[in-house]
Order: sequence, then C-alpha cells, then structure tokens
Amino acid sequence: MNSSEKTQRDNSIFELVDRMLNGSVRALGRLITLIENEVPGSLEALKKIYYHTKDAYVIGLTGAPGTGKSTLVDRIAVEIRRQGFNVGIVAIDPSSPFTGGAFLGDRVRMMSTSKDNDIYIRSMGTRGSLGGLSEATASTVKILDAFGKDFILIETAGTGQAEVDVIKETDTTVVVCVPGLGDEIQTMKAGMMEIGDIFVVNKADLKDADRLAGDIETMLHMGYESKEWIPPIIKTIATKGTGVVTLVGEILNHREYLVKSDLLKSKKVRRIKQEIMEIAKNKIIDKINNSSKGANQVSDALLNEIMLREKDPYTAAEEIVDNFAEIFRKSTI
Amino acid sequence: MTVQKKKLRVLIGKLGLDGHDRGAKIIARALRDAGMEVIFTGLRKTPQDITRIAVEEDVDVIGISLLSGAHETLLPELCRLLKENDAGDIAVIVGGIIPKDDIPVLKQAGVKAVFGPGDTTKEIIKYVRSIETNE
Repeated sequence: MNSSEKTQRDNSIFELVDRMLNGSVRALGRLITLIENEVPGSLEALKKIYYHTKDAYVIGLTGAPGTGKSTLVDRIAVEIRRQGFNVGIVAIDPSSPFTGGAFLGDRVRMMSTSKDNDIYIRSMGTRGSLGGLSEATASTVKILDAFGKDFILIETAGTGQAEVDVIKETDTTVVVCVPGLGDEIQTMKAGMMEIGDIFVVNKADLKDADRLAGDIETMLHMGYESKEWIPPIIKTIATKGTGVVTLVGEILNHREYLVKSDLLKSKKVRRIKQEIMEIAKNKIIDKINNSSKGANQVSDALLNEIMLREKDPYTAAEEIVDNFAEIFRKSTI
Repeated sequence: MTVQKKKLRVLIGKLGLDGHDRGAKIIARALRDAGMEVIFTGLRKTPQDITRIAVEEDVDVIGISLLSGAHETLLPELCRLLKENDAGDIAVIVGGIIPKDDIPVLKQAGVKAVFGPGDTTKEIIKYVRSIETNE
C-alpha cells in the first residue's frame, strides 16, 4: 500500500464525521465501520453526530428466515423514494457464534434499490447480539439520520418467537409472516406476535395465506378493546410488488397516528433513556474488565474454589462489584 | 471503549454476464468460516454495482469471481471506478478462469491477486488476512 492510500485509511474519525455531514458516502461507510468496531474516538464522534440528527422515521421489519424481508425492504424503499423521501437501509444477518464470521446476503434480494444511488444500504452481522439486531444498530441509525435520511429501514436477522429487540429502535414495527409455519396456536404466543404495528402476510399467493391472515386477525381482535391502533394485516407478494403500495400507506398511517397521539415523542424519549442506561452500563463493564488491579478478573483459583463449594458465585460477584466501587471512587471513567 | 472489534469485511461478487456462482459461494463460505464478514452480491453485477456496494459496505477486500472471459474489460473498469470514488485503497482480488498471459494486464490495472483452479481456500484466506496486516 503506498503512502497516499495509507493516509486515506488513517483518516481521523472526526474528519470522517465532517466529510459524512458534507454528503460523502465513502466517509459514511468508513464511519459506520469505525463506530461498529468501537475504535478510540467513537463515542466522541457520536456526540458530535447526535447534534445533526433530525429524528428520521425508523421502520423495522422482522420475521422468520426466508419470509421475504429483504425483498419487501427493497420494494418498500423504492416506494418511499417515489414519494420523495430519502431512504437508508440497515440489513442484519447472523454472525457465527463459533467463528464470528457472517454471510451477509440481504443485498442479493435488493435489486430494485440497486438502481437508485440515493438509497444507502448497509449490511451488518449480529456480532453476538441475540435480539435480531446488532449492537451497533442504534449508532448506525443515528449516523444515517445525520447524513440526511428521512426514513431508515431496519431489517432484522431472521427471528423466531422471542427476538423482539427491534421494537426498541423503531417507530413502526412490521412483522412479516408467511403461510405454512403452523396453525392458529402460533399466533397466540407472546413475543413476536405482540410487537407488530403492522402484520404482513407475504407470499400471499401460497395456499393458506387467507387462513393465516384470518388467524392473525382473530388473535388481534382478542385484545381489541384495549387498543387505539389496531394493527392492519396486509397481504403481499413481495417478488411481484403486490401490496407494497398499501403497506407503505399503512406505515405512513401508523406514523400519523403516533404523531397525533403524541406517542412518537414518548417512544423517542423512552428510547433515549434506554440508550443512556445502555451506554453507561457498557462503560461500567468496560471499566471493570479493564481494571488495572486485575482484582476483578475471575481467576482460575477463584473458579476452583467455587467448584469445590468453598465459595459461591453470588459472593464472588458481590466482591467484584464492591471492588469496582473502590476503583470508581479513585478514578474517572 | 478500549477493545477494538475489527472484523475483515469482504465483498464476494460475480461481475458481468456469468451465472456460475458455485465458486463464489465456496469462497464466501470459507471466508465466513475464517471469521470474516462476507457481503455476497449475487449474480450479474456491473463494475458500477460492485463499486457502489464496496463503498456503502466499506469492505477491506473485493473478491470477484469471473469465468466468462470478460476479465480484461470488466476488471480494469472496476479498478478505475474504485479510484474515482475515493476507494482505490480497497484491494481487488480475482478468482476464476483467467489465462496466465492476462494476469500482468490485470495487475497493471490494479488487481492485487489472481487465483485459479488448484488454489486452495486456505491460501486465499491467508492472502486476505495478509491484506489487513499490510494496512
């Protein structure tokens, strides 16, 4: 690598923030990488970026693997663009629990958006997160917001019943279902089937699509009276684009409902609160892990004591916390 | 934030009119299992498509699979576009059916390495990792 290329790679994170704010897609891409990798200066960069965010509207799509999320995101993005808005996409796929590697294949389905250079797509591995998102999703959304995206679409990794983290980051959550994955009992389960602001029955040309839509409707009506927003159920055939205009219409309806009822504001407030606690928690854990005294390391000797029932894990944990309190008094985080 | 979580990000893609993607999939799988994040593009991408994806995804390496014979047209164009888009630092490597005589032309255009039949996934992983340490 020659020296000018070297310089290019060594761009300081703050210079990248400036270039990103001036519209450089290259800088935007670099910045997301650096912040995802938590390089030194990441938090400082995010501090600066925050003041340039404008509350972009965040839409999450979640559902089982192979239900058509990527194809739907592609079609939704094009439709939102057609209505004159800027769109960014964050597409998440699983990282290996064994090697940390990931096969990020969502772009393969994003054929329509590939013709529109103003749609920014970023693929991310979950990198150990278990809720369907990646740890850096929230930061990435902020960067895209500051870059000037009006709408940000998050596509979760394929999810099952309990990976519901997407609701923490999104204003509208779309749960994508397909026929053939079980009977009406599946729609009664807590978790995934509770989080949809909108339900999509994709692959609606398959047998039993109507039955699935009916089952979801029945499920929703059981909680009818307590809800002001009754999640609509939209049948789509994403590969043909069928139902996508209706779906985007309902997303915008939901947004209007949130704005009018002031729920959008309370959602955002809740999100900020949760984020502050999350950052603080991470900083404290970092601090414990990096403690120079080494007293917080769980030593082999300690583990052995616990195995031999000479000590219990609860006391060991308490000692780490007490020790941390002491370090905390002596230094700044 | 003291622990860096750097992961190699590699684009694996098919350039041009060439539907044979088994090789690309094998490489993608091998790199995934070597702990890298592989962004798979699918078939029939133009040099413009690949450039855009590489920039948006901020990959460290672009691995192009090409068996159509159009390498002397498409690869120099890809390298040119990368430079034009401030992404000339992304290493381009190629695998597929590339006649030996054509390799100097490709290297001249900016391709960093060419792999072909007989090269093992181990060698490719080793090479991709070496790109990172050279930075």
